Amino acid sequence: MSTWIKITPLNNIPLREGRCVTLGRKEIAVFHLPEKVLAIDNRCPHSQGPLCDGITTGTHVVCPLHGWKIDLETGKVARPDVPVGVNTYPCRVNSDGIVEIKVAAGMEAEVAA
Amino acid sequence: MARKKLKQQLIVIGNGMAGIGCLEQILRHDHNFEVTVFGDETHVNYNRILLSSVLAGEKPVDDITLNPLAWYLEHQITLRLGIRINAIDPVMRTITGDDGSVTSYDKLLIATGSKPFIPRIEGVEKDGVCAWRTLGDTQWILNRTRPGMRAVVIGGGLLGLEAARGLQVRGCDVTVVHLRDRLMERQLDSIGGRYLRTKIEALGVKVLLDKSTAAILGNGHATGVRLSCGTELPADMVIVAAGISPNADLGKQAGLQVNRGIIVNDYLETSNPDIYAVGECTEHRGVCHGLVAPLLAQGKVLAATITSNRGATFEGAIPAAKLKIMGVDVFSAGSTEEGPGIETVKYEDESQGVYKRLFLDGGRLVGAILVGDINDSSRYSEWLRTGADLTAKRRTLLFPDPIADNGDAAAMLSDSDTVCGCLGVSKGQIIEAIHEKGVCTMAQLKESTRASTGCGSCGNMCMDILRAVAPNFEEETKKVLCKCVPFPQEQIKEMIRTQRMKSVQEVLDIYGNGLGCEVCKPALSYLVDVVNCGDHDEDRSTRFINDRVHANIQNDGTFSVIPRMRGGITSPNELRKIADVADKYNVPMVKVTGSQRIDLLGVKKEDLPKVWADLGMPSGQAYAKGVRMVKTCVGSTFCRFGTQDSIATGVELERRLENLFTPHKTKMAVVGCPRNCAEATVKDIGLVGQEGSWQVVVGGAAGKSVRKADLLITVSTTEEALAAAEVFFQYYRESANYLERTYDFVERHGIEKIRRDTVYAQDAVKEALLDRLKKSKNLSQDAWLERDNPINSTQFVQIQPMEQPVIPLNPSYLRTHVSAAND
Repeated sequence: MSTWIKITPLNNIPLREGRCVTLGRKEIAVFHLPEKVLAIDNRCPHSQGPLCDGITTGTHVVCPLHGWKIDLETGKVARPDVPVGVNTYPCRVNSDGIVEIKVAAGMEAEVAA
Repeated sequence: MARKKLKQQLIVIGNGMAGIGCLEQILRHDHNFEVTVFGDETHVNYNRILLSSVLAGEKPVDDITLNPLAWYLEHQITLRLGIRINAIDPVMRTITGDDGSVTSYDKLLIATGSKPFIPRIEGVEKDGVCAWRTLGDTQWILNRTRPGMRAVVIGGGLLGLEAARGLQVRGCDVTVVHLRDRLMERQLDSIGGRYLRTKIEALGVKVLLDKSTAAILGNGHATGVRLSCGTELPADMVIVAAGISPNADLGKQAGLQVNRGIIVNDYLETSNPDIYAVGECTEHRGVCHGLVAPLLAQGKVLAATITSNRGATFEGAIPAAKLKIMGVDVFSAGSTEEGPGIETVKYEDESQGVYKRLFLDGGRLVGAILVGDINDSSRYSEWLRTGADLTAKRRTLLFPDPIADNGDAAAMLSDSDTVCGCLGVSKGQIIEAIHEKGVCTMAQLKESTRASTGCGSCGNMCMDILRAVAPNFEEETKKVLCKCVPFPQEQIKEMIRTQRMKSVQEVLDIYGNGLGCEVCKPALSYLVDVVNCGDHDEDRSTRFINDRVHANIQNDGTFSVIPRMRGGITSPNELRKIADVADKYNVPMVKVTGSQRIDLLGVKKEDLPKVWADLGMPSGQAYAKGVRMVKTCVGSTFCRFGTQDSIATGVELERRLENLFTPHKTKMAVVGCPRNCAEATVKDIGLVGQEGSWQVVVGGAAGKSVRKADLLITVSTTEEALAAAEVFFQYYRESANYLERTYDFVERHGIEKIRRDTVYAQDAVKEALLDRLKKSKNLSQDAWLERDNPINSTQFVQIQPMEQPVIPLNPSYLRTHVSAAND
């Protein structure tokens, strides 16, 4: 069981930038890249920096606080070399140009845990 | 005098790579020549291969000079530039120039190169049509191209594609019209041609294959071209790059044996015993060579022949081309034709754009095509040269053993292996230069052996050998900005200037990896701003968050707000507003800063525009690499020791420079007497008042580094002091590297050079600096005005989702509802 949730028109997120959106209590950062949109948890695993405010480099984002680099496709921390990461969320742009995020059934359980 | 007459007159017709390359070799022999060189271009010998880099703005013209004037002087060579030789009299042994001069020779060396082949196209003589061959042609093109201009390039060979790339980089709308069914058909097969085409089209250059040009349209000036199929293409400029043909007319006129080129034997002798020829104007065993390596090989042989050391022979050369066309590496060598008995081995990866094909004949390599990955080209060149039997290696021809260490590739070469194909320098010669001549830098190696001065593609291998062998090896000190845009900042500024680039993405697409990172994007943002004096295309995605929302991000993701308080002067009214804002927005902390200002800490991003509006004060740029503040002491306004009006002067200095960006933050101070209460001598720019004069000091610091500022100049009036500060300020903006504080900048350049370039510079130089500062200043504005005109719809606003999940993600909500349902 999963649902696509309509977030916002794509043009509300400038190209190569991210924006934060709150679903329930969860802050999710959505990034508008040249070829796709990607969504991850907004808070950096290092010290909770707002990833939506980071500079993107290809399909990575660099946290504005201390420069941790997060892979937007896998959620893994690419720099420094630490085995942690953030959640990723399936994300797409529908035919009306609206960004949608897929909320999986398992996600609520994960958040609750 | 008598001795001089004994010398033989050697005349070289042609001042290009082949002629001068040969002359360099002649000078290495024991010779008895008095040398005169005639060149019809007006430039000293330059590297013609690199004209494409000049066109594309990667190199300034001076960088492609091979032999500066000093070289000709040093070797007592008479250089006659801008003179075309019209006639040779082989009986009287004289030559006649188009200036009417007649010069006698004992030995004559023809190195006239080649000329562009101009197809018979109606209207090809029109203005706006150019064949691209010389530095002069390149400058003609550079002077005419403007972004948005439509250009048609006739010819999709090597030269045509390089022209197309140069024009595309300069913002032109480029179409390549090619007669054949694939690009670079002389070097590539149809698959290789297709890979190249895909890549080139992706860069925005249109490619039309199988099309011939019927006419150039336009009344006097070209306005378009008509193809044979009837299609008309509008064009403001037409570049003809349809190939070259040997410049052999002089040879014909002198009665030499001439076919397509001047016919030479294996010793580079022509049919006249006193006349020799070298380079693209010659034909050897039926082949006219057009690449640099064989021409320089010919020069070596001819140098031996002409200095009475006849013996070495030129046996022809395997054609090989290694180049980068619009970011695609291409290597082609040997015979790349299919035929009976020819077997081929292929590797193809479409999504990576990598294509490799080897041509084998009886177990020996006869040709190779590499597109997209040319790392193995030297291995294949070597196999082609030696004709090694590859039967045993058949399964791994395309897959070399992984190289474990960097020195390995160098270690795998034998001493006789050629490293620089252009200049014919072997690994052994490089090692000899290192040991015998103490060579330990790339620059010294180039000077000593000429290795890597041709196409430059062997540079990495030369570095590897230097690194491995030279005991005192020194890396080049040129520091590149970032691996995304691997050029020194100085060069990037030059590229932005000459290519008129206005956005970060343009620089990344054309000179970089197209992506950029958190290091180079803010740096490039600064560089496109400063080079264009503020008239650039602002892209906030390349800016650090502070510069996207004009506030300083704090460790909890909130922001600090510091309004501008010029000279540290405020008023009861401003203080009241600050207090009201602090109350209204529940600002967790209000703090007096070290810069005589007030900081509101802990403001939420979405509150920023409202906070700024309520304050009604301009941005203090406390978040930016820009003009922070001018701190002042009380000065003559109140202080009993004050000698100068530091407050008014400080406020005025801040007004003149505020809202501008600098390589790093710029902090200033003005003090009214040498007691220095506002610490001007540890600021980036300081004005120190004394009785009847001001000292302007620069490069001070009292932060991470502590440094006493250097005295720039002492002046008598306040206006002079402000002007000196402005001149230095703009000079720092233009000359420092991004993130270089004035204290590092002043140390790096030395205060004496800075004085010469600023306050002691000619008036015109100072005025130009001030003009550019003024232009930037006029286009700048208080960043906080974006509260009324945000740069995009969500600059400060938190996005509200159009819908929430049906089952909310809030776990407590979820639990409540589940338990409620269970109840």
